[in-house]
Amino acid sequence: MNTIAISTPAPTELVMSRTFDAPRALVWAAHTEAEHLRHWWGRGNPLDVSIDFRVGGTWRFVETADGTQHPFRGEFREISAPETFTWTFEYEPMAGQVAVETFVFTEEAGRTTVTSTTHFDSQAERDAMMGSGMEQGANQSYAALDAYLVKIS
Amino acid sequence: MTTTDPISGVFAALADPTRRAILARLARGEATVNELAAPFPISAQAISKHLNVLEKAGLIARTREAQWRRCRIEPAPLRDVASWVAQYRLLWEERYDTLGTYLDDLQKEQP
Repeated sequence: MNTIAISTPAPTELVMSRTFDAPRALVWAAHTEAEHLRHWWGRGNPLDVSIDFRVGGTWRFVETADGTQHPFRGEFREISAPETFTWTFEYEPMAGQVAVETFVFTEEAGRTTVTSTTHFDSQAERDAMMGSGMEQGANQSYAALDAYLVKIS
Repeated sequence: MTTTDPISGVFAALADPTRRAILARLARGEATVNELAAPFPISAQAISKHLNVLEKAGLIARTREAQWRRCRIEPAPLRDVASWVAQYRLLWEERYDTLGTYLDDLQKEQP
């Protein structure tokens, strides 16, 4: 219901899903318009929002928590209103660590589900990619690695 | 490596299926490079490249004896990633709880 479903289909990918009691147009607006964003994105903390919602446009949110400013920023890569948008996401103190996040909005019986897929990207990862035909083994490795992560965390 | 912080180094290292398979094998216990290479239809040189990436990310450690280099998994960075994911989840839970309340309020205001 009101909880986030989260999964990690790959170690570099996080998928989150949450359903809201609101029509899609409203949930979409809440994610893409400054007037709405400043009411929730800061989790109750003051939030300074600047957003240029178009492909190639940038955004920057500054959340003030306990007197400290936390600036986030990125750029819009794809927009297909009101179904989906993709932005890059960066926490300024850790500049260079860029995640790519895609938000998908689906409505059913007046309720809207937002599914976000966050991909943690890096050049090193692409540079190091090699070979193919190993995906079969990959599923087993995920299972083993998941079990290991559970064990150590 | 263009990345500077340890977490993204770990994510980058984990991005490759061969490297995940290597880690999964090492999660069961130490192994030599040859043992690690055996299941893969790629060259020893390619495996060695993967091991370098894993070592740089701090995910594995290797003994120094050249001929029988044994590898073992280092759990700390994986633990960091797991706790980072947990923090990320918490952040979005708070954010979306706030959004849920906000959307409810907005709709109450409307006729």
